[in-house]
Formats: sequence, structure tokens, C-alpha cells
Amino acid sequence: MSLTAKSLADVLDRVDRDEILREWMQELAQTGSKSQSSAPTARAEASDLLIAVTTAIRSGAEPSQFELSIWSATREILETISSSRAAQGASSAETSQFVLALKRPLFSQVQGLMKDIDPSHLGELIWSCSMLVDKMAQWTVTTYQQSREAIIGRQQEELLELSTPVIKLWEGILAVPMIGTLDSSRTQLVMESLLQRIVETGSELAIIDITGVPTVDTLVAQHLLKTVAAIRLMGADCIVSGVRPQIAQTIVQLGIDLEGIVTKATLADALSLALKKVGYTFTRTKP
Amino acid sequence: MDRIPILRMGKCLLVTIQVDMEDQTALALQDDLSSKIAATGASGVLIDISALEIVDSFIGRMLASISAIARVLGAATVVVGMQPAVAITLVELGLALEGVRTALNVERGMAILAVSSEDARGEPGA
Repeated sequence: MSLTAKSLADVLDRVDRDEILREWMQELAQTGSKSQSSAPTARAEASDLLIAVTTAIRSGAEPSQFELSIWSATREILETISSSRAAQGASSAETSQFVLALKRPLFSQVQGLMKDIDPSHLGELIWSCSMLVDKMAQWTVTTYQQSREAIIGRQQEELLELSTPVIKLWEGILAVPMIGTLDSSRTQLVMESLLQRIVETGSELAIIDITGVPTVDTLVAQHLLKTVAAIRLMGADCIVSGVRPQIAQTIVQLGIDLEGIVTKATLADALSLALKKVGYTFTRTKP
Repeated sequence: MDRIPILRMGKCLLVTIQVDMEDQTALALQDDLSSKIAATGASGVLIDISALEIVDSFIGRMLASISAIARVLGAATVVVGMQPAVAITLVELGLALEGVRTALNVERGMAILAVSSEDARGEPGA
């Protein structure tokens, strides 16, 4: 083995991996972010990452071409790290700090080997060290962002599904309690699940309860009208309930035309009307 | 070109659309149905579209005009079994089919027709 270290591969061949890891962990502790994962986990992650990087560099990978498949093992480790950080709620700065903390130990190793390094290669060597860490940090932040976006997307979907249950109130009577703002995607989802349930149960009456809808403006009214029209096309009837006094006032003041929609103040009123329409009569046996 | 069969059941005509309607098919149905109503003196028409999965604005408008024609000829029309996707499409197209009566299935549609033909008989001259 030649004494002069010309490239990153030569440096990584000679360095003491445990020493780097120790310094890396020290550096991480100094930057002192509280929400970092526990020390043994971080050390294990760092060790995996270091092994992957060493392997990639040894097989001739260039830091400047980080997107090549030769780096895929390293990238996968970084992806795991950033997605676990994202799930724990760490910030992007904290996540990239984990990788960036490798820079100082790496540089100090280079410095330790200074006497063996051909001076003409020193600049290039330091540049590729720096580039390596930067590329890794960049990739970490990118994947961190992706996993955060995936989390947000999943939560949005769950929220949509959670907020649109279709309830069977009686034989032939369905109810949908709407909660939250009615936008077009919500309306679409409610419409689809309600119409599907109408077909499944053969219900001829659907009650849409808007007690949980904070405001009704022209757009919301239009969405309601659409839903009612679709229900009517299927051959069922629809009652809108839970119109609060303030909302009734707003509807009138905005001049919204709810003609053709039966509206009731409370779900109880709507249910009693629905039962009457379906053909049930009730008598109270106690005075 | 496929022709959609029109079946006679007592005083009612039964139309079951089993294929995806093309414009020509719909036009032919409109012709056939109006002459059949006139020939049989039917009091009710039931159109079952439960197998219809794709509609466009033309088919939507044909459904409306067929039922309007039937009304002019003295027959009540009920459209039954519309699929949720079809209903949503028609609403998004702005075709709420205001004048068309609808029912969930053939059984309920027949019940509606029975009631409306009784009403028609109850009122002399109607």
C-alpha cells in the first residue's frame, strides 16, 4: 500500500472508524439538540452510515454523483434516518445536523494524515470530503421533506374518512353528520359514500345534518344543492337538518336559494318527518 | 345498431337499458317509445338504467326529453336504479333532470306508477 493518500478512499482506508464515530457522537452531543434519538440508536445509525459510505467509496463512487446507483445503500440508510426523525417530529435542521456533524471528525482525520498526503492532492481531497457530507445532508433533508409530506397526506386522508360516517337511523333512513368546512373534495366524498350506502341499504330517505358545519356561504350551499340533486336522481329523498338560527339568517341575507330542499332546525325534527314520510306513526304510551 | 326492447306489462311499458347507450340508440329509443305509448295507450313508463354505467350530457338530456314526451302522451315516467357514479356525473354536468321522477329500484318504481295511474283514474278527464 502506498504511503501517500491521494483520494478519499485512501483516507477512509487508514482512518480509525471507532475514533470517527466517537468524535461524531461528541460533535452531536455538543450541538445539543434535545429531541435527537437516544445515544445508542444514533451510534448504530452512524456506524451503519459510515460502513455504507466506506463501501461505496472503496468501490469507486464519486461524491459528486450521489444520485448514481452505487450510492443506493447509503441513500437508503439516510432515508431510514430521515423518515424516523420525521416520524419523531424532529425539525429538518436537527435531522441534517446528524449528517453534518460528520464533517469535523472527517476533517480532523484528514489533518491527522497530513504528513502522508501528497500536497498536490490536498485541495481536491478536502473538497471531496466536504462534498460528500454536503451531498448526504442534502439527501437527508430532501427525504425528510418527502416523509413529512407523506405524513401530512396520510393524515389528510384519514381526516376525510373520519369525518364522513353514514349512519343508518331507521329502516330506510340514513343520516350523515357533517363536521367541519364543506369544500368540494369533502362534498364529493360525502356524496359518494352516501349514494353508495343508499344503493346498498335501499334507503329512500337521507338526512344531512349540518350542525357541525361552522359557516354556510354560497359555495357550501351549492355543494349541498348538488348532493341533494344527486340523491334525488337516485330515487331517494333528502332532508337537511341542523340549520342553526344564525345560519338561517346568513342564508337569507346572502339570498341563497334552497328551494327544493327540505330543511329542519334539528336532527330530531328531521327524523320525525322522515319517519312520517316512510310511513311510521308513533304514540307515546306514558303521559 | 342495437335497439332497446320495450316490454309491455299491463298498463305499463318497461324499458331496461342493458347496453352502454350511444346517441343513435337513444334517438331510436325515443322514437320507438313514443310510438309504442301512442299504440298501446300505456299509462306509465318505467326506465331501468341500473346497468348503465356511463352517461354524457346527450344521454342525460335524452332521459329528460323521453320522460317529457311520455308526459305529453299521457304516461307517467319513472327512471329507476341510477348508479351513484351516474348521478354524480349528471349533477356535475348540471343536469338535475328536474321533471323526471326517480326511484331506487324497479319494485318502488312500479309502486309509484301504480299510484299515479290510480290518481289518473280517480280524476275524470285527467
